[in-house]
Amino acid sequence: MKTSYLTAGFGLWSWLATRDHKRIAILYTISITLLFFIGGAAVALIRLDLLTPHSELVSIETYNKLFSMHGVIMVWFFLIPSIPATLGNFLVPMMIGARDLAFPRLNLLSWYLYLLGALFAIGALLAGGVDTGWTFYTPFSTMFSNTHVFAVVAGVFVAGFSSILTGLNFIVTIHEMRAPGLTWFRLPLFVWSMYATSLILVLATPVLAMTLFLIAVERLFGIGVFDPALGGGPLLFQHLFWFYSHPAVYIMIVPAMGVASEIIGCFARNGIFGYRFMAYAMLAIAGFGFLVWGHHMFVSGQSAYAGTVFSLLTFLVSVPSAVKVFNWAATLYKGRISFDAPMLYALGFIGLFTVGGLTGLFLASLGLDVHLHDTYFVVAHFHYIMVGGAVMAFFGGIHFWWPKVTGRLYPDAWARFAALLSFFGFNLTFFPQFIVGYLGMPRRYPEYPPEFQVWNVLSSAGASVLAVGYALPLFYLFWSLRYGPPAPDNPWRAKGLEWQTPSPPPPENFLATPVVAAEPYAYADEDSRSG
Amino acid sequence: MEHLPFFPERASSIAAEVDDLYFSWLGLSGLVLAAVAVVIVVFAVKYRAGSQADRGIPDRAAHERATHWIEIAWMAIPLAIFLAMYVWAAAVYLKHATVPADALPIYVVGKQWMWHVRHPGGRREIDELHVPVGRPVELVMTSQDVIHSFSLPAFRVKQDVLPGRYTTLWFEATRAGEYRLFCTQYCGTAHSRMIGRVVAMEPAAFARWLSGGNQAGTMAARGAARFRQLGCGGCHGPNAAVHAPRLEGLFGKPVPLRGGGTVIADEGYIRDAILLPGKDVRAGYEPTMPTFRGQIGEEDLLDIVEYLKSIGSNAPEEMR
Repeated sequence: MKTSYLTAGFGLWSWLATRDHKRIAILYTISITLLFFIGGAAVALIRLDLLTPHSELVSIETYNKLFSMHGVIMVWFFLIPSIPATLGNFLVPMMIGARDLAFPRLNLLSWYLYLLGALFAIGALLAGGVDTGWTFYTPFSTMFSNTHVFAVVAGVFVAGFSSILTGLNFIVTIHEMRAPGLTWFRLPLFVWSMYATSLILVLATPVLAMTLFLIAVERLFGIGVFDPALGGGPLLFQHLFWFYSHPAVYIMIVPAMGVASEIIGCFARNGIFGYRFMAYAMLAIAGFGFLVWGHHMFVSGQSAYAGTVFSLLTFLVSVPSAVKVFNWAATLYKGRISFDAPMLYALGFIGLFTVGGLTGLFLASLGLDVHLHDTYFVVAHFHYIMVGGAVMAFFGGIHFWWPKVTGRLYPDAWARFAALLSFFGFNLTFFPQFIVGYLGMPRRYPEYPPEFQVWNVLSSAGASVLAVGYALPLFYLFWSLRYGPPAPDNPWRAKGLEWQTPSPPPPENFLATPVVAAEPYAYADEDSRSG
Repeated sequence: MEHLPFFPERASSIAAEVDDLYFSWLGLSGLVLAAVAVVIVVFAVKYRAGSQADRGIPDRAAHERATHWIEIAWMAIPLAIFLAMYVWAAAVYLKHATVPADALPIYVVGKQWMWHVRHPGGRREIDELHVPVGRPVELVMTSQDVIHSFSLPAFRVKQDVLPGRYTTLWFEATRAGEYRLFCTQYCGTAHSRMIGRVVAMEPAAFARWLSGGNQAGTMAARGAARFRQLGCGGCHGPNAAVHAPRLEGLFGKPVPLRGGGTVIADEGYIRDAILLPGKDVRAGYEPTMPTFRGQIGEEDLLDIVEYLKSIGSNAPEEMR
C-alpha cells in the first residue's frame, strides 16, 4: 500500500509537530469545527429566547453575553480562518503543484497562535463571558463593561497574528512556488481568491491588532484614547475597527467565491465565463474593500459629507460582486450540468450571496440606511453574506474535496439532502429578519415589542431546520471515514493539479513535479473531444 | 393582517421619501434576483448532463468578442443604476442632515438606560418625547456615559448619541399618535429597556401640554442662574476687569479664531468653549479661561446653552 500523508506518521505527536500543510489543514478543520458548534450553541439559545417578547429563557445579562460570544467566536475563530486555513492550507500548494507552503514551520506556528487565541476566548467564556458584542464599541468596552473584555481582546489579538502569518505564507507561496508553466492566468480562481484574501489579511489585521491594543491600554491603565471623559474620541475606535472589520467581510466571502468557481466549473463541465474578469474582480473587491469602512458609520455622527464619499465607494465595490454572480450564471450556458452535493451547495451559495449583495445596496443608500441601521435588516444582510454565502461555499468545498482529503466517498444522497435543508432553513431563518428590520426592530434586544413576535418565531423555526442542515454532515462525513468506499483519485473528473495525484495525496503531494501547459477549467474542450 | 405586520407606520415628513427608496430597491433587486434565478434554472434544465441541447459554438472568435462586450455591459449597466440610486439616496440624506432654521429645539440626554428629555420652556420628561405635528423639531442630543442611538422607526430617523459632544436630529411629525422610541446602539445590560414613546400632538394640544406638568423654570432661566453661580459674569459680564468676549448676540454667529479661520457659535461650540476652552480661542483674546470639566453636568450645560441662545441673535436689542 502506498504511503499517504495520513499514514506517513502515527501518534499524536506526528500531528502536533507536523509541518505538512495538509495535516495542518486537518488540525485547523478540527479546531474551527469545534468553535463553530460552540458559536452555534450560543445562537441556539438566542433563537430560543427570542421566541417570546420577554426574555424568559435567560436573563438579559446572559443574552448580551450570548450574542457577544456568538459574534466573537463565529467571526474570528470560525469565519476568518474557515476557508483559508482549512481548504486554503490544503489546496494552495496542491493547486500550484508545490510540495508545501513556502514556510511550513510558520504555518504550524499559525495554528498554535490560533489555538492560543481560541483558548483565551473560551477561557473568558467559561469565566463568565463578555457583554460588549463582537464590535467592542468604546467607551462601553473600555470604561463601562465589567465583563472579561481583556481576555477576549487578547484572544482576538493573538489569533490575528495567525491570520497575518497565513496570509504572508500564501502570498510568498503563490509568487514563488508555482509549477513550471503555471502562469498567473492559468491559476485556478481558488488560488486567485486566496491571493486576494491574503493581501487583506496582511494589510488589515495589523490595524485590528493596534485597535485592540488601544482598548487594553485604556481599559487597564485609564489612558484616554476613546473615552471623551478621558479626553479621547469614541468615533476614532469605530474608524479603526471598521478599517479592519469591513475588509474582514471580504476575508470571509472572497474565498467562498473561489470555492464556488471551482465547483461550478467542474459540475457545469465548462470553462469559467470571463475567467480574467473573475480574477480581477476579486482583486478589485480586496482593494476597494479598504475604502468603504465609513459605511458602518452613517448615523454615528461622522460628517455627512464623509458619508457621501463612503456611500459612493460602497456602490463601486458592489460592481465586481455583481459581475461575479452574472459570470457564474453564464458558466452554466452550454455546459453539461450535474447536481451532486457540492454543486447544490454552490448554487445555493449564488442565490444567498445574491440576496446578501442586493440588500447591501439598500444599506449603502444613505437616506435609506438611516432607517435600517442597527436593525435586524442589517443582521439579515450580513448573515446572507457571511453565513448564506461563506458557509454554504465552505460546506460545498468540504464536500467537493472530501474524497481528495480523506480518500473516502460519502453518501451523496444524504449530502444533497443536507444542502437543500441548509438552503431552506437559512432562508426561513433570515428572510423574516429583513421584514422585522424594516419594521424597526433593533438588533441586540432580548426583549422586543409584541408586534415583532411572529417574525421572530418564524426565524427561530428556520434556525432549528438550519441547525439540522449543519449538523447532518458531521454524521455522514464521520461515517464515511470508517465505512465510506475508497475514493478514486479524481471522482468528479475535475481539472486542477490536486486531482492528478492519489487520494489521499502522498506526503510530498506529487510523485513528480507537474508541468502545466493549458488554461484552467478546460472542461468543454475535453468533453467535446470525447463526444 | 393585524398580527402579520409587513410595513411600519409612517408619521413624519421624511418617511415617504425613505420608503420610496426602499420600494425602488425592492423592485430593482426583485427584478435582478428573478432574472438570475430564471437564467440559472433555465440553464440547469436545458444543459443538464445528458440533455440533447445544442452545445456547439460555431465561431470561437466571434464568441470571444461577444463575451468581452457582455462583461462590459454587465459592469456598466449596474454601475449606471447604482450611481443614480446613490445620488437620490444621498440627496435624501443631506436633506436629513440640514436642520431647518425654524425648527423647535428640544434637548435629549441619554444615559444607561434612560432618555432625559428637556423642553426649553421647562417641561421635562423621561423615556417620552412630546412633539407638535406640522412643525420641524430639532433634537440636540448628548450622552452622559456610552454611545446610544435615538431611533424612531415610524419617523424613519435615527441618530447616534455620543458622550462628549452634541449630535442633532430633526423631523417633522405629520400624524398625531404614539410611536415607539428605541435605543439602537448597544449600550450595556438594559439596552433593550432603553425604550420609550414619542407622542405627536396637534399644535394646540401640544401647547397645552407644554405649559402643564412639572415646571422648574425655563431652561434659559436655570442656565442664567447657573451662569451666575459659576461666576461666568466675572469675566464675560459688562463690568469685567478681564479681557473676555461678551456673550450677548454670540449664538449662531461666526466666530473668528485666534489660529485663523472661523467657526459658527452653535451648541457644540459653546459646550467646547466651557469644557475645552483652549480648543477654539476667539481671535483677539488670550487663552486664559479655565476649564469647567468635572464641575458641570450635561443637563446644566444644556441650560447654559439655552441661556446663551436666549441672549443670542434673537434677543431684544437692549440686552446686546
